[in-house]
Amino acid sequence: MLIRILPELGHFALILALGMAMLQASVPLIGAATRRPLWMAFAQPMAWGQFAFLVIAYLCLTASFAFDDFSVAYVANNSNSMLPWYYKLSAVWGSHEGSVLLWVLILGGWSFAVSVFSRRLPRDMLARVLAVMGWISSGFLLFILLTSDPFTRVLPNVPGDGADLNPLLQDFGLIVHPPMLYMGYVGFSVVFAFAMAALLGGRLDAAWTRWARPWTNVAWAFLTVGIALGSWWAYYELGWGGWWFWDPVENASLLPWLAGTALIHSLAVTEKRGTFKNWTVLLAIFTFSLSLLGTFLVRSGVLTSVHAFANDPSRGTFILVLLGITVGLSLAIFALRAPRVQSLSGFGWLSRDSLLLINNILLVIMTVTVLLGTIYPLLLDALGLGKISVGPPYFNALFVPLTVLLCIFMGLGPLARWKRMPGRELARRLGLAAVIAIVIAAGLPLLYGGSFSLSVTLGLLLALWLTLSLVRDVFDKTRRGRTGKTGGRGRLARLRKLTLSYWGMVLGHLGLAVTIVGVVMVSHYNVEKNVRLSPGEQVEVGGYQFAMTDFHERRGPNYVADTATIRVDRPGRASFTMQPEKRFFMASGMPMTEVALRPGLFSDLYLALGEQLDNGDWSLRIQIKPFVRWLWLGALIMAAGGLLAVIDRRYRKAPKRAQAGARGAPDPIEDADMAAEGAR
Amino acid sequence: MRANRKRRLIIVLGLVALAAVAVGLTLYALRANINLFFTPSQIAAGEAPHDRTMRIGGVVKKDSVNRDSNSLQVTFVVTDFAKDVEVSYDDILPDLFREGQGVVIVGKLDDSNEFIAQQVLAKHDETYMPPEVAQALKATGNLPDGSVPSS
Repeated sequence: MLIRILPELGHFALILALGMAMLQASVPLIGAATRRPLWMAFAQPMAWGQFAFLVIAYLCLTASFAFDDFSVAYVANNSNSMLPWYYKLSAVWGSHEGSVLLWVLILGGWSFAVSVFSRRLPRDMLARVLAVMGWISSGFLLFILLTSDPFTRVLPNVPGDGADLNPLLQDFGLIVHPPMLYMGYVGFSVVFAFAMAALLGGRLDAAWTRWARPWTNVAWAFLTVGIALGSWWAYYELGWGGWWFWDPVENASLLPWLAGTALIHSLAVTEKRGTFKNWTVLLAIFTFSLSLLGTFLVRSGVLTSVHAFANDPSRGTFILVLLGITVGLSLAIFALRAPRVQSLSGFGWLSRDSLLLINNILLVIMTVTVLLGTIYPLLLDALGLGKISVGPPYFNALFVPLTVLLCIFMGLGPLARWKRMPGRELARRLGLAAVIAIVIAAGLPLLYGGSFSLSVTLGLLLALWLTLSLVRDVFDKTRRGRTGKTGGRGRLARLRKLTLSYWGMVLGHLGLAVTIVGVVMVSHYNVEKNVRLSPGEQVEVGGYQFAMTDFHERRGPNYVADTATIRVDRPGRASFTMQPEKRFFMASGMPMTEVALRPGLFSDLYLALGEQLDNGDWSLRIQIKPFVRWLWLGALIMAAGGLLAVIDRRYRKAPKRAQAGARGAPDPIEDADMAAEGAR
Repeated sequence: MRANRKRRLIIVLGLVALAAVAVGLTLYALRANINLFFTPSQIAAGEAPHDRTMRIGGVVKKDSVNRDSNSLQVTFVVTDFAKDVEVSYDDILPDLFREGQGVVIVGKLDDSNEFIAQQVLAKHDETYMPPEVAQALKATGNLPDGSVPSS
């Protein structure tokens, strides 16, 4: 009986969550303005209650999927009784309504986390932060209830079985990619809320950045993993062997990532030096706005892509209005409340400050170029000026040189000192690293590919430059005599003294180096051949022999598959077999290519069945992808760096001290920071 | 203070110059890499340029798919039910490519008005019609009932 009314319970829980979100958005804000402690204290229980009801709503929808309740339209459209249970559970976010519910659930989760982990925040600050998050939550809950209710029933003609989940989504990628990506997208709402709260409270010193930094890092790490998972999924699922298409949807996730990367650097400057204050607030606003823009692009149906579900235009309009309100209101508050007094502490032409400024400028330019290439076609189309698309050459032509510039300065940044850095000293410390990088980068293509290649050399040069300059920095930081000790054990002890946030930075930068190696190598040494093959035949590609030894049919849980067995031989190595498939999904009647992969740290073999040709031959896509794993490995390293910086002890100790000096100049915080680091 | 102000001026001027260069390069790259969309009718009317990458869209005509027996070479006809375009492609067709289905194709038009495809896109959803194609069909009054354009 209870099971029958679960969708109604879920719907009711959503309405209650909306009510609580609205209270969370308004009461604490008034309380903070009129200094009423009880009203301010309202924020926390509302955030908890809202999260609890969102969890209930989410579980109700999940249960409807698990128990095959096809009277719910969303379930009927996206599930099927034959679907394996783990896809039923993740089909919850397999389409529009459920994915927006997941979005709000995660937002509720972040609000809950903020209310739990930020008890040391000044009361009015916490009240304002949670209130801002309440506003966002209210907007999206209204969006769900008014335009995208996942609990709508199809009565009285209940379908006997569901239309099935899109076969493209029936994959491990669906289970992990959307939640990770959303954790990142939505996570940026926290730093946005902090920035807004700081503006509203007129507390725009460096204190808010210290509180917001860990949250931003975590969100950024999730987004990094989410994007990497998306790229990996597209790589093996779409059957083309591509890993980045400059598809508008991919760009939609890259945009907040680029802005977020700029943000975590400018937060560091604001926290440490008290400069870039306004800029950091602006970046926080833009990063979250780009997250919303991403949500709009993906969920509104303006794009033709695997992510755009058939959609009605009112939804797109609603998100666009939400986006407009968010950007407009936050910029208006910024214009009204941003401090007019400029920070007085200057810095030299060559210093960590100036290098981070360059980093920010470059990242913002990259963001703008990608944004332009992504929305330009949409704008033209909306204005009725014709249908165009912007191809990958545009993005490559701009993104690649900008990345080169960024990496050059990235090598310098970690070694430069705040405020002023003599150029001669920097050159002395990095000269050797530069020379070694150039020699290795010029030599490696000769050894690996047999001929010199400018693009490979340039890419490897950048990766080596990043790596070696970090090595040099670690070496210098643990140098003998800094603490007066001698001997090898002393160096090890000094190595242990380096802070976790320092190691976080090292990993973040190293991760990019690893990704760059992956990009360069797989772009340049990729071997690709499409062939016709029939059972018994064999073909040679890139030093491998591929022979189709067998072809048979196989039954899966909800599909029938044509499976080819391909034996792969290489002179001097043991042979092995690979089994690419063409699956035919029974419920939807859709065919799907299931790629056969032989992954390796230095090279992937990639086989995808095309189609059966007239005389029984099969077309087969054969690809050899060197270093492709490094792309995602690098992203994982970057994310690990982001998380490592968060566990740094000073963030757990800091709030208490920062509170005392919160209204003052940034110096006490800087001192407290020093003390915290010194105390280790 | 004066030195400070002067430096600030230089920084601002530098930023403006940098931004101008960035915008200029961006617009140039954008102009060079825009792919326009054409319908079969527009191509037949000679509106489409030759030897420039563009996108066309329409429905794959029934019984028009022809495969070479030795290679992967395939030719087919894309139609908006008013005019046709011959398309040739030397790669593996997507899973959902079939006759009667809406497709969008990236490629170039050769001198004999045959379209040399570089990429064929067929959406992974049977009821889906690419918005460009839906519009092209609407223009010729041939949008079939029951197909759901996404916009």
